[in-house]
Amino acid sequence: MRITQGTFSFLPDLTDDQIKAQVAYCQGNGWAVNIEFTDDPHPRNTYWDMWGNPMFDLKDPAAVMYELGECRKVHGGRGYIRISAFDASPGWESLRLSFITDRPTEEPGFALERQEGEGRSLRYTTRAYAANKPAGERY
Amino acid sequence: MNIATPPPQRSGRYDAGVMKYKDMGYFDLDYQPKDTDILACFRITPQEGVDADEAAAAVAGESSTATWTVVWTDRLTACDKYRAKCYRVDPVPGAEGQYFAYIAYDLDLFEPNSIVNLSASIIGNVFGFKPLKALRLEDMRLPVAYVKTYDGPPTGVVVERERLDKFGRPLLGATVKPKLGLSGRNYGRVVYEALKGGLDFTKDDENINSQPFMHWRDRFLYCMEAVNRAQAMTGEVKGTYLNVSAGDMEQIYERAEFAKQLGSVIIMIDLVIGYSAIQSIAKWARRNDMILHLHRAGHSTYTRQKTHGVSFRVIAKWMRLAGVDHIHAGTVVGKLEGDPATTRGYYDICREPYNPQALQNGLFFDQDWASLRRMMPVASGGIHAGQMHQLLHHLGEDCVLQFGGGTIGHPMGIQAGAIANRVALEAMILARNEGRDYMAEGPDILAAAARSCTPLAQALEVWKDVTFNYASTDTPDFVPTATAA
Repeated sequence: MRITQGTFSFLPDLTDDQIKAQVAYCQGNGWAVNIEFTDDPHPRNTYWDMWGNPMFDLKDPAAVMYELGECRKVHGGRGYIRISAFDASPGWESLRLSFITDRPTEEPGFALERQEGEGRSLRYTTRAYAANKPAGERY
Repeated sequence: MNIATPPPQRSGRYDAGVMKYKDMGYFDLDYQPKDTDILACFRITPQEGVDADEAAAAVAGESSTATWTVVWTDRLTACDKYRAKCYRVDPVPGAEGQYFAYIAYDLDLFEPNSIVNLSASIIGNVFGFKPLKALRLEDMRLPVAYVKTYDGPPTGVVVERERLDKFGRPLLGATVKPKLGLSGRNYGRVVYEALKGGLDFTKDDENINSQPFMHWRDRFLYCMEAVNRAQAMTGEVKGTYLNVSAGDMEQIYERAEFAKQLGSVIIMIDLVIGYSAIQSIAKWARRNDMILHLHRAGHSTYTRQKTHGVSFRVIAKWMRLAGVDHIHAGTVVGKLEGDPATTRGYYDICREPYNPQALQNGLFFDQDWASLRRMMPVASGGIHAGQMHQLLHHLGEDCVLQFGGGTIGHPMGIQAGAIANRVALEAMILARNEGRDYMAEGPDILAAAARSCTPLAQALEVWKDVTFNYASTDTPDFVPTATAA
C-alpha cells in the first residue's frame, strides 16, 4: 500500500528539485519550514519527531535541502520524512503545507480491528503492522 | 404619492391618523450611523407613483417600530432611538425604478445571539408590504459588539485542517448518488470506493434522511464501516457527512449522538431545519468536537432573483454567526447559479477575518468578523477534474471541492473517479506553488499528470466538452472603474 497523508502523495515521489521548489514557495510566503520523521504513520499520530526546530528565519531553500539530506542519512529508508510549513499570521497560526518527501520501500499498511458492541455497533481500531515491532526496528 | 392617504390637517406628530413614514422619524439623510448600529442595504422597487424616499422610509419603519398609523404609545418609549433610520438612497446603476436604501438600526433593537430575532426584524413583515413591488435584502453590516455575542463556527477552517491533518490544498468530496433509493449496504459501498480512491469526504444529499429504502441508523452504521476501512487502506483520516436533519430537534440530537458514538468526525444539517435548530446543533457540535456541514437546501427560492428576496451573502453572514463549519457557496463553473464576482464575495464572507467594502463583489459594507472562526466554503454541483485549474483560480485552496457525478460517473468506477480528482488537484497545487501560470497552462498540467494516471486520462476524455455556460441572474450592479494612478 501507499500511505496518502500529505499534500502530494498521489503524485510520483517528488524529486529534490520539486521539493526545493515547494520549500521556496513556503519561504517566499514567510512560513517556517520544518522537517519531521516517524516510524509510526498512524493517521492520528500528530506529533512526528522534529529534525531540529522549525527554520524560522531561513530564506534559502538550499539550507533546508541540506538539513533534509542530513535527516535522510539517519532516518532515510527507516520510516517517513515530511516537510511542513508553519504560518504564524494572526488567525491562522498553523500549518499551510505538509507533504511526505521520503517513505520506506515497503509499506505494510494497517490492520483494521473491529470490536463488536451492543446492537450492531462496532469499535474500530486502526493499527500499523509495522508498529508491532519496537520503535527503531520497524522498517 | 403617499403610501397611505394622510388627513388634510395635522397639527402635531402624535395626532391620531396617518402620516408619511418620512415625517415620522424613519428618514434622515444627515444621520451618521454609529459603530454599534446594525446596517442593512435593501434593493427597493416602489410601485408606480410611490416616491423612492418614502418607500425607503417605510422599509425602515416597518422593519423597526412603525405601524401604518400613528400610535400614542410611542411616547412611552425612547422612540427615536428605536426607530430605524434610512440614511441614504441611491438609484441602482442601470436598473430604472430600483433603489438601494441604506438603513441603520440601533443595537438595542436586537436580542444577542439570535438569528431568529435578527431575521424576524429585518425580513419579518416588510417583504409583503403593498407599496413595494419587490424588496431584496442585499447586505448587512454586523457590528463587532453584535458579532461577539455569537460563538460562530464550532471548528473553523484551521482546526478542521489540523484535525484531519490535511493542509495546502482544497479538500475533496463527493455526494453519494443516486441520492435516493440505495440501501444502507449499497450506500456504504459508494462511500468506501470513493474514500479509498482518494477523496477526503463523502456526503449525504440534502434529502437523504430516513426513508423506506434506508433507515438512518443503517446508513450511519454502513457508512462508518466504509470510513474506517478506507482509513486503514490509505493511512489517512476520512469522513462522511452524516445528515442528521430530521422532523424535530429531539430526533436531530438522537442522530447526532449516534454519529458521535460511531466515531464520525463530521455531521451535516440542511438549512431548512431552521435558524434555531442550526444554532442548537452548532452548540452541540462545539461540545462534541464535531465538524458541522451545512447544505443550503432551499436557499435559491429566495436568493436567486435579483429584485426580491434575500441575497445569499446575507445568509452566509448569518450562518457564520450561527455557527456552521462548511457551507455550500457556489462553484462558478458548475451546473448551479453563480457569477464569479458575486461568488467571490460569498467566499470572502466565509473565510476572511475582515471584509472591506467591495461593490464589484456585492459587498456593500466593511465587515469586521472580530476573530470569529472561518467557514469552509463548499463547491458542489456539475464540476469535474478537467476544470481543476479554473476551480483553484476562482475558489482558492481553503474550500471543499465536491465531485458527485464527477467521481461516481467515471467510466472505470468510483475509485478511479476519486483517483482522477485527487491526482488532478495535487498536480495543480504542485504547479501553482512552483510559480507556473496554472490558469493558462491548466490543460497542459492536467494532460501531463494524466500520462502517469490512466483514471485521470479517462476522466479528461469523458468530460472534456462539459461546461455550463448560462447567464447568471444574480450579478453585481457595480463594475470596477479604472482610476488614474
